Amino acid sequence: MDAINFVQEQLTKKTEFPDFRPGDNVVVNYRIIEGAKERIQAYRGDVIQIKGIGATKTFTVRKISNGVGVERIFPMNSPAIAEIKVLKRGKVRRAKLYYLRELVGKKARIREKKFVKVTK
Amino acid sequence: MTSIFDEAGNSIACTVVEAGPCVVTQVKTEDSDGYTALQLGFSDAKVKNTSKALLGHFDKSGTTPKKKVIEFRDFDVVEKGLGDLVTVEEVFAEGDLVNAVGTSKGKGFQGVVKRHGFRGVNDATHGQHNRQRAPGSIGAASYPAKVFKGMRMAGRTGGKRIKTANLEILKIFPDKNLILVKGAIPGHKGSFVILEK
Repeated sequence: MDAINFVQEQLTKKTEFPDFRPGDNVVVNYRIIEGAKERIQAYRGDVIQIKGIGATKTFTVRKISNGVGVERIFPMNSPAIAEIKVLKRGKVRRAKLYYLRELVGKKARIREKKFVKVTK
Repeated sequence: MTSIFDEAGNSIACTVVEAGPCVVTQVKTEDSDGYTALQLGFSDAKVKNTSKALLGHFDKSGTTPKKKVIEFRDFDVVEKGLGDLVTVEEVFAEGDLVNAVGTSKGKGFQGVVKRHGFRGVNDATHGQHNRQRAPGSIGAASYPAKVFKGMRMAGRTGGKRIKTANLEILKIFPDKNLILVKGAIPGHKGSFVILEK
């Protein structure tokens, strides 16, 4: 286990992202390489889970696109992620928001946290 | 196992292997043994858990007792004498292809579907009842009047010596004697494997 931690420390690039949690509404700016060109695609949705530790940590972002639910899993340490922006802090009571998959319309909204405690 | 990202941004599954330092515990030559080989010892063992016969063997090369002693035939990558240390960067380089030999994870008594990849019965209806994962016929009746040897049946699965061929070495950490190998290696975490080039 120590060996794995050592290797991960050596090979994963340190990336600074704002702290976000399940329930937050985020925009992920993702680098897409098309032939020789590189462009950035924005993906906006709610974070419904964060799982894993260290180099293999991932998070899932869910959004409703043209009435169809779409989920996308991003590795936290992926070099293709250019930026993560937190738009809204959600007020949720669990760490994995799988229950949103069964809900549609107004029920599938997440209440917003209006006052966020500033932690230093 | 863990995963890393390559330059193109692809996630690559890989295994971390601690491969050294190994001590040469015996040198076999054409004159004395009829073939050339190098015997390497790895991972320190307690003195009280080592037999006196083996202690004497380790004394000859002047090392502490080792848990694993493996002989490598025609080991000609580096010239080594008795008691010398063999380190990772002397033998392996990044980009090399290696074979990994280990004991696979024991799976206990398993049926033919898991053990031999039989397909089972794909129907739950049409007269089927408790036959979904059964092996089917194991042979004819009065001729040959026996079940042929080697007929694939249920039984103990896994826990066997398995060799995985042509794994690429992605990276080497010489100070810690660690090797990062692309893909999976037989066996559970912390088990011993042999890497051969």
